[in-house]
Amino acid sequence: METTMGCCEDLRSSPTTRRAVLLGGASFAAWAYLPKFARAADGRDPRLVLVILRGALDGLATVAPIGDPDYAGLHGAIALSSSGPNAALPLDNFFSLHPAMPEFSRMYREKKAAVIHAVATPYRDRSHFDGQDVLESGFAGPGRVQSGWLNRALEGLPKGERVANGLAVGLITPLVLRGAAPTVGWAPLALPQASEDTAMRLLDLYSHRDAALGSALKQGLALDKAAQGDDMKPKPGTGGVAAMRLAARGAARLMAADNGPRIGALGFDGWDTHANEGGPVGRLAQLLGGLDGALAEFETALGPRWRDTVIVVATEFGRTARINGTQGTDHGTATVALLAGGAVNGGRVIADWPGLKPASLHQGRDLAPTTDLRAVMKGVLKDQFGLAEKVLAESVFPESSAVKPMQGLVT
Amino acid sequence: MARDSQAALVALNRFGFGARGGASGDVLNAASDPRGFVKAELGRPNRVLLEVPGLQSTPALGKAVFDYQFEIQQAREAAKSAAPPEGASPRPEAKGQRRNLSLNGIAMEMAKESPREPQAKPAENPGATAPAEAMQPNAPKPPPQPLNIIQKTFRAEALARLQRAVIVDGGFAERLVVFWSNHFCVSANKGGPARMWAGSFEREAIRPHVLGRFADMLKAVEQHPAMLFFLDNQQSLGPDSRAGKNRNRGLNENLAREILELHTLGVGGGYSQDDVTSLANIITGWTYAGRLGQLGAPGTFVFNANAHQPGAQRVMGKVYDAEGVAQGEAVLADIARHPSTAKFIAAKFARHFVSDDPPQALVTRLADVFTKTDGDLKALALALVDSDEAWSAPLTKIRSPYEFLVAAGRLLAQIPNDPGRYLAGLRALGQPLWSPAGPNGFPDTNAAWLAPEGMKLRLDISAQIASRLAEGVDPRDLLELAAADTASVETRRTVERAESRQQALALLLMSLQRR
Repeated sequence: METTMGCCEDLRSSPTTRRAVLLGGASFAAWAYLPKFARAADGRDPRLVLVILRGALDGLATVAPIGDPDYAGLHGAIALSSSGPNAALPLDNFFSLHPAMPEFSRMYREKKAAVIHAVATPYRDRSHFDGQDVLESGFAGPGRVQSGWLNRALEGLPKGERVANGLAVGLITPLVLRGAAPTVGWAPLALPQASEDTAMRLLDLYSHRDAALGSALKQGLALDKAAQGDDMKPKPGTGGVAAMRLAARGAARLMAADNGPRIGALGFDGWDTHANEGGPVGRLAQLLGGLDGALAEFETALGPRWRDTVIVVATEFGRTARINGTQGTDHGTATVALLAGGAVNGGRVIADWPGLKPASLHQGRDLAPTTDLRAVMKGVLKDQFGLAEKVLAESVFPESSAVKPMQGLVT
Repeated sequence: MARDSQAALVALNRFGFGARGGASGDVLNAASDPRGFVKAELGRPNRVLLEVPGLQSTPALGKAVFDYQFEIQQAREAAKSAAPPEGASPRPEAKGQRRNLSLNGIAMEMAKESPREPQAKPAENPGATAPAEAMQPNAPKPPPQPLNIIQKTFRAEALARLQRAVIVDGGFAERLVVFWSNHFCVSANKGGPARMWAGSFEREAIRPHVLGRFADMLKAVEQHPAMLFFLDNQQSLGPDSRAGKNRNRGLNENLAREILELHTLGVGGGYSQDDVTSLANIITGWTYAGRLGQLGAPGTFVFNANAHQPGAQRVMGKVYDAEGVAQGEAVLADIARHPSTAKFIAAKFARHFVSDDPPQALVTRLADVFTKTDGDLKALALALVDSDEAWSAPLTKIRSPYEFLVAAGRLLAQIPNDPGRYLAGLRALGQPLWSPAGPNGFPDTNAAWLAPEGMKLRLDISAQIASRLAEGVDPRDLLELAAADTASVETRRTVERAESRQQALALLLMSLQRR
């Protein structure tokens, strides 16, 4: 009874990065093929990053329609204001940005960031898990979880030369990247590792007995060599907000490499603000600050590649327009999507604004959706990678031919 | 005995946590009567309970955590108002204080309760209060701090659960506990009370009903302070209730939605937004008594009529008259026996134990049993053991991190006396104990756990286990214990030809990933 089980002892002395990523909810995966793109003509080498905010982001708190006469009443005590301490950052004469996002505000002024408001996936119920499935699968309804739209978009690109031998995926592969096209993945990591010889022997055993485990392990073994830089070592006290930055920096470093992946996806958890959401400061403000920092990390670490990059930030649905009885918001419908990156045709809030009058709200409670999120994704994929509209409407976002790609999102 | 040892492997791995090492004789016992071996555990309902000296009831734990948090808050406010002279180290005096609380210490205390920094010891875990500082590579480590009451409790609860899992005969009953606990999960990351109550929630609301009735488990769960706190119901006030009007606060529909979506009917189970809102109204006033005990003994479930939305409500087409707490209990009783609930539970149950895509005939049969027995969970478990599908389907499910680490502990006959390594391993592998990312619990499919990063980490962890524990064990014997004559030629050869005991053991553990 004396001896305890011997796993993970060294986790105890360097517990931080792995856990931080898990608790920060960030995972990252990216394409392992260097595409021979359509953009060869103009010499661009485009990058695309999808950031998924799991839990349903309050779009009205992120980009507040301060000019809407009904906004302040609905959002009550947590409404943003254009004056006073922690004033919201004006984007135009109607919308203002949450004050926790100064970096995004700067990018917006530099016309390298844009907002799409009153946007939603085709999903109209209020389950997180179905909502995320729809967001990531690219199908019009839930229940189709075999592959994700970003993976099918990869399949639609011309196969280029392979840039990574090992393939790897984060701890839990996000649905948006699951599918037939191979992906690589990475997450900050610091563990004493099994010897290479042991790993090779195990791979040999799996090759005879369990191909699926073998394939997964092989990919897992390849990842750290490719991804880690000096400052990715564990640091004490890394909380969720710092974890977002860390994940973004590591992802950006991988994607900045000449032979690095061109497409990546990250997920951040924790946006389900049912109670005590907070206004200009508080819980949501902290999370938005983390997101803002992650965007800045991408800008820095991508270096010259930032110029050709589009980051899309999306969430499964929005939250109620009116705050609930506990200073938070319940599950809603339309919300915002954010674009950032050197390739974004920015400085704009794109919205067919439905208004917040009681009769205008979806089912009398939510911001009504006037833009289909698939139109945004299609527009970015079309402009960034030259994917044909037919491919987008049939295989990437099946049965979506009525949803036209949004024009002019990319410079 | 080839055929029987195959069945023994199913009995031990599909239904349990794997064979124990030492002189347990698990494989032989299971082989002689595989179904009987599994069923034997269901005949001893008291064995599902976890009554360990030192583990306290939810009210007792509630009182302790409320007092602790109050003390921290008092000390913090005292520190604020004391406005110490520059450079001096403030030492606020709090009544009943057990330690000196410097400002830094208070920050540490809060950090320890922070959702971002769960079970780790403070010595290893300097806190999450200042991300900006945390990003500085050379920030000095604060000195070690003693565990606070929340951490101590969590670790004691975790230890009791782990010891049970490692010691218990086959493990079917414990696997059922884990299944139901994940179905009705709370997350310790929600905050102090949730971390304090995560273990007592399972002991009080899950275990007594694992071989009982679903409706009883449902009621126990939805009225448990841990669940009410986790899904915000203690904050939800009826908009037209006295408290709602006085305080100008109102509804929070979080718990109501998850009751319908995750606990009973399942998404697509036939409910609407109106049903969610109605149920949210109905369960306003379902809360627990706080530190001052104004509504009842601290940490007990109470129905606060002052916060309850008055009036009749319609849920799933049926009108429920205003009858206080009975209004909500009547809804729970009805949805517990709704056909959608039977289908949802049956499919989830079969997916957990048999395969990601379980045979439809099995799911239908389980749903029928659930319905005909009015949600008798022992009958449900027996129906699974009696099914041919559960014995003929190949062992394709990848063990969850918890199942993997427990199986390793059992095979190596290592009964933990400290939960630290397990907790760290579970965190590393993406399944921190009692701390799923959302109210839907941890995933239960191969697609989720068959991640390259996860497999690589399992290998690293296996290598560490082996480096500590391979001395004195013969991995070839362990392979016999774990797989008997079902071990493949390749597996045998891999273990036998390893360059060291350590390597052999690591490889052996990695060959046991499916169940």
